[in-house]
Amino acid sequence: MNKIKTIIRKEWAEVFKNKMVIFTVAFLPLIMTALPLGIIFATGDAMAAETVTTEMPSEMTEAMCLDSLDSAACFQVFLVSQFMMMFMIIPVAIPVTMAAYSIVGEKTTRSLEPLLATPITTVELLVGKCLATVIPAVLATYAAFGLFALGSWLLVANKALLSALFDVRWLIAIFLVGPLLALMSVTFALMVSSRVNDPRVAEQVSMVMIVPVLAGFFGQIAGLFVLNKAIISWAAVVMVIIDAALVYMATKVFQREQILTRWK
Amino acid sequence: MRHPAGSIAGETHGESMIHTENLTKRFKEVLAVDNLSLDVREGEVFGFLGPNGAGKTTTVRMLTSLIAPTGGHAVVNGFEVGVQDTEIRRSVGILTETPGMYDNLSAEYNLQVFANLYEVPDVIGQVEKYLKMLGLYDRRFDAAGTFSKGMKQKLAIARALLHEPKIIFLDEPTAALDPEAARLVRDFIAELKKEGRTIFLCTHNLDEADRLCDRVGVFKSRLLVVDAPSKLRTSLFGRKVVFHLRKADEKLAQSVRKLGFVHEVKAVDNKLLVTLEDPEMHNPDILRLLVGEGADVQFVGELRHSLEDVYMQLVKAA
Repeated sequence: MNKIKTIIRKEWAEVFKNKMVIFTVAFLPLIMTALPLGIIFATGDAMAAETVTTEMPSEMTEAMCLDSLDSAACFQVFLVSQFMMMFMIIPVAIPVTMAAYSIVGEKTTRSLEPLLATPITTVELLVGKCLATVIPAVLATYAAFGLFALGSWLLVANKALLSALFDVRWLIAIFLVGPLLALMSVTFALMVSSRVNDPRVAEQVSMVMIVPVLAGFFGQIAGLFVLNKAIISWAAVVMVIIDAALVYMATKVFQREQILTRWK
Repeated sequence: MRHPAGSIAGETHGESMIHTENLTKRFKEVLAVDNLSLDVREGEVFGFLGPNGAGKTTTVRMLTSLIAPTGGHAVVNGFEVGVQDTEIRRSVGILTETPGMYDNLSAEYNLQVFANLYEVPDVIGQVEKYLKMLGLYDRRFDAAGTFSKGMKQKLAIARALLHEPKIIFLDEPTAALDPEAARLVRDFIAELKKEGRTIFLCTHNLDEADRLCDRVGVFKSRLLVVDAPSKLRTSLFGRKVVFHLRKADEKLAQSVRKLGFVHEVKAVDNKLLVTLEDPEMHNPDILRLLVGEGADVQFVGELRHSLEDVYMQLVKAA
């Protein structure tokens, strides 16, 4: 456990010395928070059209509109819900660059060989590297959602609307699926980082992990599906399985010998 | 469980710390290390000499459990390579070919990271000890990236010693250093030798090997020869004594040649080059003969073949 802590602290000490990294970690969540808050602010009192809900797909009104909500508030929930998916992008996008650099970066600076010469096990090393990137991403996601909650509370007078915005499906999405997504993107990025010799390649390939989340985002906007409680719960179950498989594969892909001897 | 020491007799040193039998490493078609059998004793500085690409680094990586052998077996500090790898990593120190420091982190933090990974009980104390010992204490808060090559190398040596390993593997420790930094590193290796640590020194700096090593092994995919540098010289070239005379000629050379213990005599530029096995025993006889023949002997010295001569002869022959 101490070795894992040492790796986490070392990674943070290295990464957060770079001001650009701090900027990236802070900037993305702020943007993702500002967008739904901006929508709430912009649509607040202006939403007088009684007919807006009639233009929404019926599955959406069923999933999003509580009986206590008027049609304007319902439409507000609908609009914000489209952008709530943004909070799912944060835990994928933030750690992926850091994780992608994690192993290949040590190869380029030649610090990997002395590190592997210590009694640290592969699992300890990977868990340390993984947590070092997952934790900031999850904390940034939670912080962003916290800011969104605070902003909504300040902007929305309607309690029914407020509780609709913080529906249980979003709580599952942010607090359960978010960390699982972060773990998925990090383990995938670590695998890529173990196999390639160029940090740029590692970053480019690892970015693929954002695609499924973006597909979900655009899929919902296009009306292909409505992210309801059942879908998000199933997504969480599937994510647990995918993560378990990826973690297992990451430990198998990390071949100390190949990493050392293939690197010139 | 530790394995008993190897059975090959050493020189004047203690138990076997590194023992290999037919250790082999093959990378697909390339045979990097071919049946290496070797014994390094406690407290010995063993020089592992060979040209670039000879397989020295591969050997070190196998012996430090970084990569697995494809044949043979090796025991390091009583632990078997490929079986007790974590124990081996815990008990040896390694200075890799390039220092590989975390350049953004301070010298002190770099060492603290490794002290923690090696499970050193007193991290702060041990880090301070080696920073002071290597003259880096005043720069301990500076980022390693701001250090010169020599300072980085010293920091890497400190890193290899934090957990007080009994065996230290040094892979080209003075390569790419300026003469002053190289000398500092060599002096430090000499200090480690005094402390009784076993040192496996990979180098192609033959002068360095000559100065520091108790024995050297010349290696080019396979081990060509192992012995003390002085014995290698003698076995390959014999011992040559130079008699500087006011005037040397072939007649004098003929007289010396008649002595039974003399292997070879050459007269070159008023010098007689005499090859014999035991100069300490036979030089007085030669001197008496030369004086008796009327030669004016100005001074006498031994012609030392460098380890480079030995190395070149062996590597070319291989």
